[in-house]
Amino acid sequence: MQKSNKSNLETNKFTFPKTLTGVEGLDEITEGGFPQGRPTLICGGAGCGKTLLSMQFLIKGITEYNEPGVFMSFEEPSKDLSLNVKSMGFDLEKLKADKKLVVDHVRVERSEIEEAGEYDLDGLFVRLGYAIDTVKAKRVVLDTLESLFAGLDNQAILRAELRRLFHWLKEKGVTAVITGERGNGTLTRQSLEEYVSDCVIMLDHRVIEQVSTRRLRIIKYRGSTHGTNEYPFLIDEDGISVLPITSLKLDNPVSSDIVSTGVPGLDDLFDKGGFYRGSNILVSGTAGTAKTTIAAYFADEQCRKKEKTVYFAFEESPQQLVRNMRSIGIDLEHHIKNGYLEIHSSRPSLNGLELHLLKLRKMIRDFKPTTVIIDPISNLMNVGSVHEVRSMLVRLIDMLKINNITTFFTSLNQQNEDFRPDLAEDSVSSLVDTWITVRDMEGIGERNRGLFIIKSRGMGHSNQVREFIIRDSGIQLLDIELGPNGILTGAARKSHELNKKVSKLKLQDELNRKDREILRKRKILEANIEALKNDFESAVEELSILKANEGLEATASKITKGKKK
Amino acid sequence: MENFQNNTDESGRYNFILFISGMSTKSSRAIENLREICDEHLPDNFDLQIVDITNEEIQAVNYQIVGVPTLIKTNPNPKRTILGDLSDTDKVLKILDLA
Repeated sequence: MQKSNKSNLETNKFTFPKTLTGVEGLDEITEGGFPQGRPTLICGGAGCGKTLLSMQFLIKGITEYNEPGVFMSFEEPSKDLSLNVKSMGFDLEKLKADKKLVVDHVRVERSEIEEAGEYDLDGLFVRLGYAIDTVKAKRVVLDTLESLFAGLDNQAILRAELRRLFHWLKEKGVTAVITGERGNGTLTRQSLEEYVSDCVIMLDHRVIEQVSTRRLRIIKYRGSTHGTNEYPFLIDEDGISVLPITSLKLDNPVSSDIVSTGVPGLDDLFDKGGFYRGSNILVSGTAGTAKTTIAAYFADEQCRKKEKTVYFAFEESPQQLVRNMRSIGIDLEHHIKNGYLEIHSSRPSLNGLELHLLKLRKMIRDFKPTTVIIDPISNLMNVGSVHEVRSMLVRLIDMLKINNITTFFTSLNQQNEDFRPDLAEDSVSSLVDTWITVRDMEGIGERNRGLFIIKSRGMGHSNQVREFIIRDSGIQLLDIELGPNGILTGAARKSHELNKKVSKLKLQDELNRKDREILRKRKILEANIEALKNDFESAVEELSILKANEGLEATASKITKGKKK
Repeated sequence: MENFQNNTDESGRYNFILFISGMSTKSSRAIENLREICDEHLPDNFDLQIVDITNEEIQAVNYQIVGVPTLIKTNPNPKRTILGDLSDTDKVLKILDLA
């Protein structure tokens, strides 16, 4: 619906004139800001940030868009206002001195004013007009008009005058923001929404399970499309930031670069030798399956390649993480010192999901990492409901993807019998690109760690369950050991290896024995040959002796014959 | 006590500032009504300053004027602010303590 509207607008080449608010995120939701030259109503309960939002609208208008502004306060004196917003880094006094801002405190005290006869609010008009003309204001804030109702008796006059006021504001061409206290069953106590009908924004402040979340919703926006959801927002030292669902379309640029996993041997399980840059990797597993270790390996590898990395540790303090990883030969401290690694630790329950998300967002903006590690993401599950967590994760992943940041999540899952994914996995698994599971493999009185890849989008991967061990020197992926009943791990692997060794030794023995036997046989053979040779030689010798004898006898007989003659 | 002294020193002369905007009917009615009241109850014992805020906008800010016409009695004490065209004479007299 939204899309078709938008494309219609685009084809008509018409853009609704809007005024950028300068409030982070709000311009995206409103698709360009508040309606230009028209009044916008911001309503909400006490303490939900109405004054701050309108003040930020004014100040950003001055500092970023060079649009001077008028702040007409019906509640707080000018001095108090200056003080209040100073903590957010806004210096009202300076803007006033620069003739960019007029703050007029309109004080209507019922106890001081009596009414006798008819009147109008020309005083207000004159003051407003005067203020606007002094600084040539483009933006006007009236905070909170409803105080007039408390100060003045004649409601009929007031209502008529308010109608005139909004009309007058439109004629003046200023972009006005009017704040109003939320009423019972109505958006504002005095039904201001009846007069301001161009754009109505509601702020809300809810506490669910002791965690408070501020939310913003655009109730109506005449003549424009807008985000219709409730968007969480945050008030911190930089003022208000609203968290839009960062991308409604999935058209972020993708990279075919490969980043190494950092774990020796793990790269080989992926056909392309690692993860795609900018993809999301989930490592899930039960407690004590070395998820954090794998994450640290990844962090180490990225830092070595001079990729800026942010490590969000929701379970360990930075010092603890550094110490623990040092024990297996990973020096994270060195990377921190070189400025490639930042470790942020906080308890997930410290603040609501949105705050975490916003913090992340700010960090990404300030530190500009190319790798983000969140360890573990499952701890965030405790903070909100299933739905909230899921929507937050979608936003988180979208945000990271848009920035082409490689993200590494770990997720602790409950050990359950049927191997069905639990909430954490369930929420994330369809969003991530690569999913590695580390699992305990239990049997014959021991526990071994196994690792396998469940999915890896856009890349072939091994289907083997690889056993790995952690030593002082780090992680080692072991080669597959096939036994008669499948893949062997742990002690079974060892005994199998021993068996193999024994049989190998036996075989060697046998071979040696055979060798020796042959040697012996050869010796016998050679001896026999020698004996035969000797026999032969002696026979030859005998023969030659015989022949010699025969010759001698022949000559002897010749001699005797001759004598007889 | 001192205040009281001060007031009597000025012989209780009434000081009014009437804020109007341009020549609207309400403004002229307010001037008319005020004159009538003063002539009747404070003959020659009052000073009236009429401020047209459309000409002197800054005065509207200084005196915290929201509604018009507004009558401010600055002397004698206490200071009173009356909003409206002063058509409700009885109420005006009561507020100004002239009844």
